[in-house]
Amino acid sequence: MSNDRDSIFSEIKKALDPLPERTPYPQWDDSMTVCHAHPEFNSAKELFAHKLAEASGRYFDSVQILAQFLREEGNTFGYCDPELASLFEGLDGISFETEYDLAKVDTYQFGITTGSTGIAESGTIMLKDGETSARLGALAPWVHVAVIRQEDIVPTIGDAISRFGDDPSVIFCTGPSKTADVEGILIQGVHGPGVQVALVV
Amino acid sequence: MKSLQKIDIVARDLSDEVQKSTYLSSKAKTEKRMAILQKDFPEANRLREIAGEIKQHTLEHLDQYLAQAEASLKANGAHVHFANDAESANATILKIMQENGAKRMVKSKSMVTEEIHLLPYLEKHGMEVVETDLGEFIIQIDDDHPSHIVTPIIHKNRKDIAKSFEREGLGDYNDDPETITRRARAFLRQKYLDADVGLTGGNFVSAESGRVSLVTNEGNARFSVAANRIHIAVVGIEKIIPKDRDFSLFLNLIARSATGQQLTVYNQFINGPRSPGQPHGPEQMHVVFLDNRRTEVLASECREILRCIRCGACLNVCPIFRQAGGHAYRSVYPGPVGAVLSPLLAGNRFPELADLPKASSLCGACNEVCPVNIPIPDLLLRLRDKAKREKATDAMKGTPSLGLWATLCSQPAMWKTALSMGHTMNYIPTELIPHPSARAWQHNRKLPKFQGGEFRKWFRNRPPSSK
Repeated sequence: MSNDRDSIFSEIKKALDPLPERTPYPQWDDSMTVCHAHPEFNSAKELFAHKLAEASGRYFDSVQILAQFLREEGNTFGYCDPELASLFEGLDGISFETEYDLAKVDTYQFGITTGSTGIAESGTIMLKDGETSARLGALAPWVHVAVIRQEDIVPTIGDAISRFGDDPSVIFCTGPSKTADVEGILIQGVHGPGVQVALVV
Repeated sequence: MKSLQKIDIVARDLSDEVQKSTYLSSKAKTEKRMAILQKDFPEANRLREIAGEIKQHTLEHLDQYLAQAEASLKANGAHVHFANDAESANATILKIMQENGAKRMVKSKSMVTEEIHLLPYLEKHGMEVVETDLGEFIIQIDDDHPSHIVTPIIHKNRKDIAKSFEREGLGDYNDDPETITRRARAFLRQKYLDADVGLTGGNFVSAESGRVSLVTNEGNARFSVAANRIHIAVVGIEKIIPKDRDFSLFLNLIARSATGQQLTVYNQFINGPRSPGQPHGPEQMHVVFLDNRRTEVLASECREILRCIRCGACLNVCPIFRQAGGHAYRSVYPGPVGAVLSPLLAGNRFPELADLPKASSLCGACNEVCPVNIPIPDLLLRLRDKAKREKATDAMKGTPSLGLWATLCSQPAMWKTALSMGHTMNYIPTELIPHPSARAWQHNRKLPKFQGGEFRKWFRNRPPSSK
């Protein structure tokens, strides 16, 4: 409410005016927040694979091996971003739809969407709203496959933040959905995917 | 016992089971936090100092940054509201729902909505509200209150939860945590899809871009937003940070401090309705900036507490919290942070909670673990002083009057004489001293044997220094 706005700003001013001095914004280096607690790798892609596995995510760089993984787990029907469909067409025993049907929210076993960026230092997959064909396709199925181009894997969280652009809803996904609310016991797959996959192409 | 404070009584009466689960879980979290910070960052301590300075800087320029956040959000098509107090925030949210013909809300975990009692308010006005965080969902069906900022059901075990699920018709009795989680998943799926409004809190808001960051693990905040046409975020005005760049510092610190993770599973950054062409997600985004006495705290000598990022690390490490549990703090924010924040947010009801700052041994562990370096022990002392000045009688329970002691300490001659007679204390049965304050102390403590009185003599006769 507009009255509330005025009174909040006037109260803030009243609170701050008497301060003899104000704390300056501190100097800090971007490299300070980068985690280095990992073995040396030759490329951001290899570190990404390592950290993704540490976060209980699954890393693939072959569509065939991914398809085999999906079959083994019995996740053979799903949703796929129409722009990525050509990658997955004709795979034995795997079928999908490219138009997201809300009535099938619990029928889709996997969802394949575009991952905009991969973050090597944390094994994080970054989803941008403008590049995600259907938000629920990346969220509701048990398995989410984010397809990431190798050149979109960046070293640090800071690098990923600088790629936000003007997208209205950016999401970092680091491993499968999880909870430890019940006696601190870790359970994967609460409301979001129980299996988080990155397919790097 | 007349001299026991309220928090002592709760701690004394806490069941062994609740005490044990609170203690074990807090202890485990503290250890995990330590391990990951030391492993990942050579300069871990410097990081939390910087984070504290950034927050302090933001608070001391809040007029600029809040206005900037508002402008950024509006430029991205979000609606921005301001609320002086709980009443105003609740009315604003209800109005958004009514104007859009919305009846059902799915809610993700948010301490600030606990603070303003949003859920009972909306239900009273005919809205259906469902908590979707697993812990908060269990709190809701049990008509209970969270006892921890991050792990709301730290006081419950799997048997309690299994019984509640059975009672609510979510299946036969089954206390396997995986089964409990799957049942909640299945039940809440339909709730997301049926709802009109998804409500979230906000962990940080970047003034630069207006991005509201949501730090979660379960995916319920994502679902609450993705499956609905209206997204409402309720955020305290102290949650602002200057730039998007600052996210990298705060997200790293909050995950490690709260749960010992490098990053939480989901970090969302939202500053507007869904993008063009996106079939799912909100057509409207509303951000409600809440004051609710935060500006009073900003004007007070305890403004540092507004840096808090609600990670719960100070709860987990606190010996009082571990013994007494979160409900003992009788307010939304428990633990050391709550002992400072709750009395301040209580306004003229300060005396009712003025005993909380006494619930500390001032050991300093809360300050040491704080990712934004809040000097909690100092703030507790300032509030003890305030309680004394405002004659908050409840806060004084169990504290003997120290007038005599103060006179003794401030008169050097008397002090010297008293010291020289100190040894006689060893022969007096102190429990027989008829002074009420002496008795109050004696009830729980034993006076150690007097061994002092020799310092002056030693100092006079000490050998000359070798220099």
